[in-house]
Amino acid sequence: MATLLQVTGLKTHFYTFEGTVKAVDGITYDLEEGETLGLVGESGCGKSVSALSLMRLIPDPPGKTIEGEVLFDGEDILKIDMDEMRRIRGSKMSMVFQEPMTSLNPVLTVEKQLTETLELHMGMSGQEAKKAAAELLERVGIPDPERRVKQYPHQFSGGMRQRVMIAMALSCNPKLIIADEPTTALDVTIQAQILELMKGLTTEFGVALIIITHNLGVVARYADRVNIMYAGKIIERGTAKEIYANPRHPYTIGLLNSVPRLDLPRLAKLQPIEGQPPDLINLPDGCAFRARCRYAIDKCATDTPPLTTLTEGHLTACWRSEELGDAAVRAAAALPAEPESAPT
Amino acid sequence: MTTMPDTQTVGDAGGADSDIILDVRDLKMHFPVTSGILFQRTVASIKAVDGVSFQVKRGETFGLVGESGCGKTTTGRCILQLYKPTSGQIFFDGEELSTLSSRQMRAKRREMQVIFQDPYSSLNPRMTAGNIIGEPLIVHGLVANKAEYRERVAELLQNVGLNPYMADRFPHEFSGGQRQRIGVARALSVSPKFIVADEPVSALDVSIQAQIINLLEELQEQFGLTFLFIAHDLSVVRHISDRVGVMYLGHLVELADRNEIYVNPLHPYTKALLSAVPIPDPVLDAQRERVLLTGEVPSPLNPPSGCVFHPRCPIAIDDCNSNVPELREVAPGHWASCLRVPGYGSY
Repeated sequence: MATLLQVTGLKTHFYTFEGTVKAVDGITYDLEEGETLGLVGESGCGKSVSALSLMRLIPDPPGKTIEGEVLFDGEDILKIDMDEMRRIRGSKMSMVFQEPMTSLNPVLTVEKQLTETLELHMGMSGQEAKKAAAELLERVGIPDPERRVKQYPHQFSGGMRQRVMIAMALSCNPKLIIADEPTTALDVTIQAQILELMKGLTTEFGVALIIITHNLGVVARYADRVNIMYAGKIIERGTAKEIYANPRHPYTIGLLNSVPRLDLPRLAKLQPIEGQPPDLINLPDGCAFRARCRYAIDKCATDTPPLTTLTEGHLTACWRSEELGDAAVRAAAALPAEPESAPT
Repeated sequence: MTTMPDTQTVGDAGGADSDIILDVRDLKMHFPVTSGILFQRTVASIKAVDGVSFQVKRGETFGLVGESGCGKTTTGRCILQLYKPTSGQIFFDGEELSTLSSRQMRAKRREMQVIFQDPYSSLNPRMTAGNIIGEPLIVHGLVANKAEYRERVAELLQNVGLNPYMADRFPHEFSGGQRQRIGVARALSVSPKFIVADEPVSALDVSIQAQIINLLEELQEQFGLTFLFIAHDLSVVRHISDRVGVMYLGHLVELADRNEIYVNPLHPYTKALLSAVPIPDPVLDAQRERVLLTGEVPSPLNPPSGCVFHPRCPIAIDDCNSNVPELREVAPGHWASCLRVPGYGSY
């Protein structure tokens, strides 16, 4: 498969009165055509900002993408002018936002919002676009599309609104869809429906998908590859299987250990990552995770670990990743499981 | 004062009456929908909670799970008498709460406290952390003088893992996890027996969630607290609860011990809910059996006839849309309200 997206050294900073917030601080990754990538991290780690930077939707001021290169479909989209960008946005690259209520226009019918992009990017006539809009709604599983398409967003439930958002994102046959926390505002059973739908449609049409989320379970189920972000940097990257079976960055290990799991025996106690995420204005020297890391050594305080290849396709930014492969080293910090039966 | 009758009831937890701190019987909370400007008529009612019964044992954590709109928060608020229930009885320590005068209820609130979901909106931004925690002490007259007040606030801050010098800070100076700790300290200030924790960790980041959950467990052990833990995250509920009740559209559809309900879920809704939770392991997750529900939760304004779950239920039969299944004990300590569950019997 060909590479669809190549991000190199992307930096997006926000200039505020308190100081410069290094929201995204030099991230590098690539995405194949038709691949699903999970972008995982906690609030404030820069995952949404990195996606908005790809779409060039960072409000300027205060934000600015100051460095880096984003090759999308062979074009550096950070260098093209805004008219050109507007042509790409919504057609070749589209986005599904977290809050379907705030990202749909409440005073326009769903039809109006769907046909707008179709007429603009696909050059359809009004009639053609209306027909296509109803078809799109049907494709995303909205019953009675001819009637529903004339309705306003408030007449749809949360899950249905998110389906409308997906229909909009798919409308111009994009090559890439960026879904920013697409299901965080939804209930678990609806979340499962929406994710199955997105995965099904992207596989069917060969669309690449970037799912931004803080839910490790969602990523495990739907992503091919995973980027774990912390304090504006990618700290671990690899295939989903590799990351979950063999995490090597202390933050990834900590995240996976801190969530209670339905599939494992219940732990007597959870193992949280102690402390708070760092302030992005005054990042300490060295590794940003150092203060919360139970494996930190002296070197971590002085030298920032670069993202380096550990094994083929598995990269980490930690000085001790090699050692952390040793189960004994990890077990030293782990707590025993409570002897209870594990559900399936 | 009405005392608790000794009859065997729905949702019985077993054990002697003195072990039961909270007994909810056939609780209903219907919110009226009105029409008209001057003369408001009630045209319909939203059946947020429609006949819920369960008991909570002293010292345990009872988890209440369900999706948004299922009535779990309303149940919690009815128990605290923040809403006046439409019907049903709530016995707290053997005393029926609806018969108490407001003065008696205020005294009772010393024993039952609440932790709210959103640590950003549930703290007064103009009060310092110390005053937020200390206000209940003054309201209930639990401290004699300023020195005692300050000492108690410092002690509470330490209990929840904050530093006493933080008492003079305002909520905006704290992170989300720290604010939730302040919320916990406020609930603890009056030394309650029982705390309703309404989604206490869902607004927090994953790594911080675990900190708060551990804190709640430590405090429970230290002060012998009983929790009603309301949440939508099934893995968190499994971790913290001793017994779990699953709610759907105002009804309690299944109730069992923590292990029982996760290992052996009986109600089709519980099964669907459990299988909808993706587990953080791609290999294992791919092997799990999945029940994908179609459709969405119906409106509580016009709930389906019979079993409220039947329009979405993969195993519904004709009987399901005419008969409302009550909660029955299908195995020792395991209650379910589904006709199709083995051992449920017929109508």
